This record gives sequence, structure tokens and C-alpha cells, in this order.
Amino acid sequence: MEAALQTNIQNCYHCGDSCGDEPILAHDKAFCCDGCKAVYELLDENNLCTYYNLEENPGLSNKKSMPEARFAYLDDPGVEAQLINFRSDKICKLTFYIPQMHCSSCIWLLENLFKLNPGIAETTVNFLRKEVALTYFHEKTSLREVVELLTRIGYEPAITLADTNGKKTTSKSRAIIYKLGIAGFSFGNVMLLAFPDYLDFTQGLQNNFGSFFGYMSIILSIPVFFYSARGFFTSAWEGIKQRMVNIDLPISTGLLALFFVSLFDIITERGPGYLDSFTGLVFFMLIGKYFQQRTYDTLSFDRDYTSYFPVSITVLKENGEESSTAVRNLKVNDRIRIRNQELIPADAILLHGRAMIDYSFVSGESEPVEKVVGEVIYAGGRQVGESIELEVVKEVSQGYLTQLWNDTVFSKNEEQNLHTYSNIAGKYFIIVTLMVAAGALIYWVPRDMDTAMKAFTSVLIIACPCALSLATPFVHGHTMRVFGRNKFYLKNTGVVERLAKIDTVVFDKTGTLTEPSEAEVTYTGKVLSDKEQHAILSVLRHSTHPLSQRISESIAGSTAEVTNFQEYAGKGLAGEVTGLFVRVGSAAYLGVPTDKQKDNLKTTVYVSVDGVVLGYYTFFNVYRDGLNKVLQGLGDKKIAVLSGDNDHEEARLRELLGLEAVLNFNQSPVQKLEYIQRLKEKGQHQVLMVGDGLNDAGALKQSDAGIALSNSITNFSPSCDAILDASAFDRLSTFLNFSKKTMTLILLTFAVSLVYNVVGLTMAVMGLFTPIVSAILMPISTISVMTFATLSVKYAAKKAGL
Amino acid sequence: MYIIFILIAISVLVAAGFLAAFLWAVRSGQYDDDYTPAVRMLFENEFNAGPKTDKLSQKQK
Repeated sequence: MEAALQTNIQNCYHCGDSCGDEPILAHDKAFCCDGCKAVYELLDENNLCTYYNLEENPGLSNKKSMPEARFAYLDDPGVEAQLINFRSDKICKLTFYIPQMHCSSCIWLLENLFKLNPGIAETTVNFLRKEVALTYFHEKTSLREVVELLTRIGYEPAITLADTNGKKTTSKSRAIIYKLGIAGFSFGNVMLLAFPDYLDFTQGLQNNFGSFFGYMSIILSIPVFFYSARGFFTSAWEGIKQRMVNIDLPISTGLLALFFVSLFDIITERGPGYLDSFTGLVFFMLIGKYFQQRTYDTLSFDRDYTSYFPVSITVLKENGEESSTAVRNLKVNDRIRIRNQELIPADAILLHGRAMIDYSFVSGESEPVEKVVGEVIYAGGRQVGESIELEVVKEVSQGYLTQLWNDTVFSKNEEQNLHTYSNIAGKYFIIVTLMVAAGALIYWVPRDMDTAMKAFTSVLIIACPCALSLATPFVHGHTMRVFGRNKFYLKNTGVVERLAKIDTVVFDKTGTLTEPSEAEVTYTGKVLSDKEQHAILSVLRHSTHPLSQRISESIAGSTAEVTNFQEYAGKGLAGEVTGLFVRVGSAAYLGVPTDKQKDNLKTTVYVSVDGVVLGYYTFFNVYRDGLNKVLQGLGDKKIAVLSGDNDHEEARLRELLGLEAVLNFNQSPVQKLEYIQRLKEKGQHQVLMVGDGLNDAGALKQSDAGIALSNSITNFSPSCDAILDASAFDRLSTFLNFSKKTMTLILLTFAVSLVYNVVGLTMAVMGLFTPIVSAILMPISTISVMTFATLSVKYAAKKAGL
Repeated sequence: MYIIFILIAISVLVAAGFLAAFLWAVRSGQYDDDYTPAVRMLFENEFNAGPKTDKLSQKQK
């Protein structure tokens, strides 16, 4: 009772975690562990306590202490050279990715690193990319020391094999911003020069200086024509070469007509031309393109296995000495040591120790697999439990997992998505435009040659489907932002359109439909007395086996002393507690006959007390919250499940997903890939794959839209089209339905822009199209389309509850 | 009225100056990260490394 009354349950000053029963008190502050205290002392010593003033409890928990020797590989000049971007006589520059960065305190501390290590010259944080650009004097300090310092204060940089692939190219595509800047500059100035033409009282000015203004505008428009607008021309040309009509073809036709008619008008002094409209349109369309290109820089959508693998591994020399070696340099017959939670980087034979390999990420099996000495362990598994020794049988680049990545699907380029809405619309648009232009020509030629030419060119000018081309990027761009706010991150705007067409949804089971870290434990058999349960718990607590830990988590209570405790690898446990002899383990271990084959598939743990088998524990997957909601929301879409696991959950899945769902078990990564391929070929289905691990990577890539589900979006996720934060899983169907709705919005936006085109075309056909009409109509149509697209998406999102 | 030539020349030059400044800004990477600098400017410079002030914690609320 007294403990409950105690109100001052203290939180760690450093990381904010609860300090538990015994906080470590030092410097008038409470800490949850020695790690946190050590970091505080280090910062305090160096006058860096501002860290704690900027945000409350900004630190990162330091409970997991890892041997610092694991960074020894950074001393290897070869590894160092691969990581460093720039090296001179004195300084080295490199960029670290630090996923733990989360607040302004982090920025402050990381930018003040030079106070902790004088060898560091400068650190610059890019918070959105979670990157730190670091410059250090390699005479005063070493890469290893820098990394160790970062690790000590809780910001361990994520150094993966992908970083050593070669120099990272950090320079991003800034071309679109340059193009926008130049187009904006020209647009503003040409507009200024064209102004006297719009108003009556400035007509005198126009008469005197008209040709000067005209030539000035030409000079200003030339960079827009040759630089800013180049993308539209090249894209249209690519389309023609492939005998396809895309939206850029009518745009290019319109822009070319605008530019050359204006040149002709100005040089022959017929009029002021339409250069203000020309530059303006390019400017607005580039804004649309910019919107479309904006992606989530911070998230990587194209990662492969290398960003999952560590850079170095502990290699055992012949004399038993441990040394760190870069994974790339790992050779066949090398002996390696893998510790708890470490990843096996190459296919290897188990030499020593008890291996419990967690393959959930690679194959989708939900329970760790036990391997005995002599068995081959495939790369990608994670060891749970004690440290083990292995002998490498295949080099990293030859492994089973790497082979999967060499499948053609991964080398294939993203196919150009030519069947997008706007491209289809563009095709009809250019046909109609050319017919109207021809009609105007046929009508006017016998009557008035001059008007005929004017009508013909102005039809081409006004019909430029710029407003049309803005509809899609703006609607999709805003949709992407709405999704992003709801923790659903799309790779690019094209994904919205693909999501809208989905008619089949394929789920992975382990980690996608199920909660990866949880399992439901049920006990079947004779009811256990309190004493028996207490005894079983005590025995289980002594074991580090993952299954023992899961069972003991499900039993409440305290433990008692265990005598004669013994653990038989691959079989079970035995021990005496308060006079009871408890044995826990597999059916074979306890001599229970397993008659039904079905039961073999389930993971069961039997218990016996004093030689009498009482019952067994069974493990069930825990399905994610909101799964029912998602399934209901999917409506009449076909549902399938591909699982790398065995089929012991079939009945439960059937119940959840309904009779029509297709359930496939024991699927290898390649089988998953082939399944998606078949679906796409057979019924022309549009397939959405939702998965989480490397085992789904092939299927994610093969599907029309692949969503990777991730508990922490900045951590590893396989290559995909979209990343969904696991906490937003229950909204999956809402997202799909909303993408469908956006297609209606695009059609509506098309309708708005068509109204302007009809008005403009009518005037053009009648020969009434003048520079002033163009100057008013074109900006109004583009701006109203942009506004309509923005507002309609906002409204629809509000209605859908996003 | 011929002053207009000079005026337009000046106006275009000024605008070109701004364009050049913009291009320089993009080139020097100022458009690569639009979040961190905004936070960084709020940090106080502590050259004298004296005892920590409470100013920042007041700002919190």
C-alpha cells in the first residue's frame, strides 16, 4: 500500500524514462541507469547542460550497453576511405545518418560536439534528413573516436553496408528550383514590359517604345524557352519516339506556337506578341512540376539489403583472438562470432553455441528457429540469446538473400507510367485541338487569309492544356501531403493514381497483419494451482530462450529459488522449486506423443510437474488493432494473404478475412513475387501488396503499388512505393478510398479547365483572340485550376476524416 | 521620354541582381534544408562557457 501512495515516482533527468524502484541519485538529479548518468556527467563536465534546458528529458536511454570494441573496424583505412566524403592533409569530411535525432536539443548538442572532442572542427545538422555533416582533424582524432563519442552520448550513427558502396552523392537535383527562378524572373519582367499594351492611356507609350519592349521581352524569354521549358519539349519528343501521345505533346505544341507567333509578330511589327503569357505559363507549370517532384527526402524508398546489413563483423582468428572485419572482406572459411541481436551477414555453418535465429524479417516465420551445430544458417537472420560461432560458407555477395536481390525485378527500371489520367486526356485533347484548328482554317481561308492564319495559331495557343496539366500534380501533390500528415508516406505523386485503381489487396502475415513483438499465450490442460504456476514461472525466468520469456511474461507473480536448474538445448528446461520438480519443453522432451499432425505446426511448450504432464502452452499471433476496420473498408476488393509461416493460423485468418480470401502459407520470398506476377498476368488485376520485411521485398516491387509497414519509419524498410507507419495501419482502407476520390476531383478540375478552353477556343475561332485576352485568360485559368484543386482536396480530406 | 530606356535598364539590372542572388543561394545549398537553420538561430551563443542561464528554460513555457 505504501508504494502506491508514493507520489514522487521519478523520471530520469536524462531520458525521461521511469526510474523504477531505485533511481540512481547523483548531482541532485535522478537517473534511471548508469548509462544516463554517465552521459549527464560528461555533458556537465563540458558545460553542455543547455542540452537539458532546450527540451525536457531530451536524452536517449542508454540501458543497452554494447561493447565499444565493435567499432574497431573503423580503424581499418579501407573502411574509413569508403565512408569519408572528402579528405585533405588536415581534415576529413563525412556525413552520418543518425536516426535517433528527434528534437532541438539534439541539434544543439550535435552542433556542439567540438566541445567534447577538440579534434572535431565542425558539425552541421540537417534535421529533416537526420544527417550530420562532420569535419574533423584526422591528426587529432580518428573516425573511430568520433563514432564512439556519438555512441556514448546516445546518438549512434547508423553505418550500414550501403554506406560503403561508394561515395554518397549528396547533391540533390536542384534543377527544378533554378528553372523556377529563371522563369519567375522572366515572367515578372516581361509582364512589366507588356503592361502598356493592356491599358488605353498608355497606348502612346506602346506606340513609341513598342518594338523596344518587344525585343526586350524576346531577350528575357529566350532563357525560359531554352532552359526552363526544356523538360516539356524533351518529354514530348520522347513520347513521339515511342509513338505515344503524352500530356507534354499538346503543351509543347502550345508553347512552340506561342513563342514563334510572338517572335514573328514582334519582328514584323504586327503586334506585341504573347510572351507574357508564354513565360507565365511556363512558370505556373513548373510550380506544378515542383509540387509533383516534392517527395519525402528523409525517407528512403529504394533501400536494398545492404542498408540492413552491418558494416563489420567479429572475426575469430586462429589463436582465438577477436577482431573486427568489414563484412565486404569476409571470406569463405572465416570464423565469425555473432552476439545477441546481431545479424548474420553471410550464409554460414554453426560451429558452436545454441542458435535461435529470428528470421521474421527475412522469411516471415513468426517464431525464432532453433539451429543445431553443423546446420547452415542463412544470411539475414538475427541471433536471439547467447553468442554463437559460425564458419562462413558463402561470401556476402553470393548468399541466399543477395541472390533474391539479383532477381530481374530489382534491376528493372521503373516503367514509365504512360497510362496516367492526364496522358490519356492529353491524347484526346490534341486530337480535338487539331480538328478545331483545321476547322477554323477551312472556314476562314476562302474569306480572309489573314484572319485564317490568326485563328489557326491562336487555337493552338489557347488550347495549350496548361490548366489541364496542372490538375493532376496539384490534386496528387495535396493528397500526398494529406497522407503524409497521417503517417502514410508516398514515394511520389504517381502512387496516388495507382492506389486508386487497386482491386486486389495482398497482405503479408507476420509483422503486417500481426503485431511483431507480441504473441498471445494460451494454456491448455489441467488447471494449475498457484503453487505450480509459481514454480513454473520460477524455472522459466532462468531461461533466456525466447519462448520461455514469452510464457513468463504472460504469468504474473514473483519467483522463488530454483535448484538443480538445467537447460537442454533444443529440448527444454528442468528445475526444482519449493519441492516441486518442474520440466518445461517440447513434446519430445517430455515424452508426449504427438498424434495429430496439425498440432506439430503450432508452437507448443509442454509442462510437467513431478513427472506428470499437466498441459501445454500454445502461441497465437496477435493481430493488429483495427484490422477489422481495414478489412471492412476494403469492400469488394479481393483479399489474399501470403505468409512465410506455416498454416497453423489458417482457421483464425479464415474467420477474420472471410471465405473468399486466398490464403497461402509457407511462401518463400520468390514464391511471393511469382504469386503477384501471376495475379497481374492472369486477370489483369491491379495489385496492392502490403508487407514489412525483406521477404516481401520482391513482391512489393512486383506489385502495382507496394506499401511497406514500419514501426519506425526512419528505420529499415524494404524498397517500396509507400511507407505506412504501423500506428496508422487501421486507416489503410481510408487511404485507398481517398485516393479513389481524388480521381473524381481530378476529373472535376479537368472540367473547370475545359470551361476556360471552350471560352478561349470560341474567341480564337472567331479571330478575336488578342494579346490582352490571352494575358487575362491564361493566368486566370491556371490560378483558378490550382485553387480549385487545392481547396477540393482539403475539403474532401476533412470529410474523410484525414 | 527617352529616360524610360535608362529606367528599364536599371529595373532589369536590379531584378537580374536578385536573380543572381537567388541562384547563388540555391547553389550554396540554402534551399536543401529549410528546417534546421530556423531552430539553430534560436540557440544562444555561449562563448564564455559560464554557468548555465535560466533564460532558455523560461522560453520553454
